[in-house]
Amino acid sequence: MEVTLATLWQTYLARSDKFWALAQEHLLTLVVLPVVLAALVSIPLGILATRYRWIQVPSVAFANLMQTIPSLALLAILIALGFGIGNKPAIVALFLYSLLPILRNTYTGILNVDSGILEAARGMGMSAWQILTLVEFPIAFPVIMAGIRTAAVICVGLATLAAFIGGGGLGDFIITGLGMANNNLTLLGAIPAAAMALMLDWVLGKIEQWLTPRGLRL
Amino acid sequence: MSLPGKSVPPAVILERVSKVYDGSYAVRDLSLEIARGELVVLIGPSGCGKTTTLKMINRLIEPTSGRIYIDGRDISTVNPTKLRREIGYVIQQIGLFPHLTVAQNIGLVPYLRGVPRAQREERVDALLRLVGFEPELYRDRYPRELSGGQQQRVGVLRALAADPDLILMDEPFGALDPITREQLQDELKRLQNTFHKTIVFVTHDMDEALKLADRIVLMREGVAVQVGSPEELLRSPADEFVREFIGKRRLVRHPEEVAVGEIMVAAPVTGTPRMGAAEAFQKMQRHQVNTLLVVDEQGVLLGILTLRALQKGIREGGRSRVEELMEPVGATAHPQETVLQAARSLAANRAGLVPVVDEEGRLRGVLTNASLISTLVEVLWPGGEENGTGHGKGRARAAG
Ligand SMILES: Nc1ncnc2c1ncn2[C@@H]1O[C@H](COP(=O)(O)OP(=O)(O)OP(=O)(O)O)[C@@H](O)[C@H]1O
Ligand SMILES: [Mg+2]
Repeated sequence: MEVTLATLWQTYLARSDKFWALAQEHLLTLVVLPVVLAALVSIPLGILATRYRWIQVPSVAFANLMQTIPSLALLAILIALGFGIGNKPAIVALFLYSLLPILRNTYTGILNVDSGILEAARGMGMSAWQILTLVEFPIAFPVIMAGIRTAAVICVGLATLAAFIGGGGLGDFIITGLGMANNNLTLLGAIPAAAMALMLDWVLGKIEQWLTPRGLRL
Repeated sequence: MSLPGKSVPPAVILERVSKVYDGSYAVRDLSLEIARGELVVLIGPSGCGKTTTLKMINRLIEPTSGRIYIDGRDISTVNPTKLRREIGYVIQQIGLFPHLTVAQNIGLVPYLRGVPRAQREERVDALLRLVGFEPELYRDRYPRELSGGQQQRVGVLRALAADPDLILMDEPFGALDPITREQLQDELKRLQNTFHKTIVFVTHDMDEALKLADRIVLMREGVAVQVGSPEELLRSPADEFVREFIGKRRLVRHPEEVAVGEIMVAAPVTGTPRMGAAEAFQKMQRHQVNTLLVVDEQGVLLGILTLRALQKGIREGGRSRVEELMEPVGATAHPQETVLQAARSLAANRAGLVPVVDEEGRLRGVLTNASLISTLVEVLWPGGEENGTGHGKGRARAAG
């Protein structure tokens, strides 16, 4: 089947409503939601891991394990575990994949705060909470943000697989296109997904830069 | 209505304080009273427990035994966070917060103590001016936009910000180049003279200690070996360790203890008996001296040729060799003799010098008026470079 810009455009026009719905689902349900959930878990966990070794060892091991399970296998496992099909297991899988980059970056970011700075903070009478919120977190912030960015980009890609289990997103076009041998349809899913990954990386990079205190910018 | 016996308590009291790590003492049975407005320097070799002592005062480290009082309050009963907000603290690594501006760094403790913003800003500007920083220029800079010396100044200002009565400083100027270091020492002294803070200052640099301290605590393996004013340490070091640590060159010594051999000019300008008058004159000119010590091939001292005798000989003609013009040796000194004895010989010798000879009569050196005076000055006022006495014997020349 021939693919040109014109045929691609035709394909898009024929289902533009569906396209935007899928793109929105891809971005919000399959990327933003799991990454935000993962950040809510990983950031506190990463901070606790710097304080308590008994948290650090198992949590990093768990996050590492999640990363090593092949994505389709993970989806299958989740279905088998009773998450059913559709959005839900996809969101859970993407959440699990996002844990590691954020956890790892939070942990190293906090741990790498210079010991002299911490001693000064303690010596001038900051409470543990103040040290965390006024010193450690702001200094580690760029590193944590980089972890979130990595997770988001990974999710955009992996989310295309969600369609295999009826999870929606741009993967829907890809799979339907593959099934019908409709290259135009496949590309209508694949190209925007790739573009979304690049765009998200850029936007999050900008946000990171903008939120980083000037004294920490290089 | 005065209350008799209710005098102001010392700013800090350490009462038999010890800290044990893994069964060995980092600080051992240390007792110390620090008066209000006093600058006490803790000094000693690496690992002797200076930092440990300092950190016990703001409870960054808890003593294993003993008590510490600040303004009469046992600090183990005070909330550590609250305690630390009332004590200034400067560390060697500076530890400025890289994500905060200079003003935010300095104003942090006042912020933690709930000082309103306007008041904080005023205070920060006043402090910046104190060390010659134009507030408009420096307030909004980040630490990485400052030089090392400027960063350390900000570190000191941060400790001063909440106007604490007590400031702890752990090798604050250690990482700086000598010139910046001296500037900061001068500034600290100035601040100290103005504000009369109680300061506990850790260093391993004796010059710094001598310059800044009201009192020095010299530590070794966790024990205070000697506590006293700089003068006391210099004049009467408690033992060989203290003497070694202070450094021989700084110690106050009595003229009776200094041997001639230590301070004589070791390579005096010499002549031989067979030398002609013209050659001897040239040699004196070349070395800018007015005396030649005449020696034979074995180096045995035969006599002294003065410029005056030489000129007289040349003017009158006839006698033209050194051996005919030289004068007898007169009083000499032995290298082992004390400077005090040699000074008497020097006074007796018209030539203004005393040749130093060994048992066989061989010339070993010479003691001149100039070298003796500069040595005495150096011995009596050690380390007194500011008085221009730091280069005594090295430069003195034979009868220069
Ligand atoms: N947390 C610790 N655990 C075990 N030993 C310690 C600890 N902190 C310090 N020590 C030991 O206590 C001793 C005193 O250490 P301290 O840091 O007070 O020395 P210091 O005089 O400040 O030395 P320096 O001039 O090198 O800074 C050292 O022998 C050190 O090894
Ligand atoms: Mg130390």
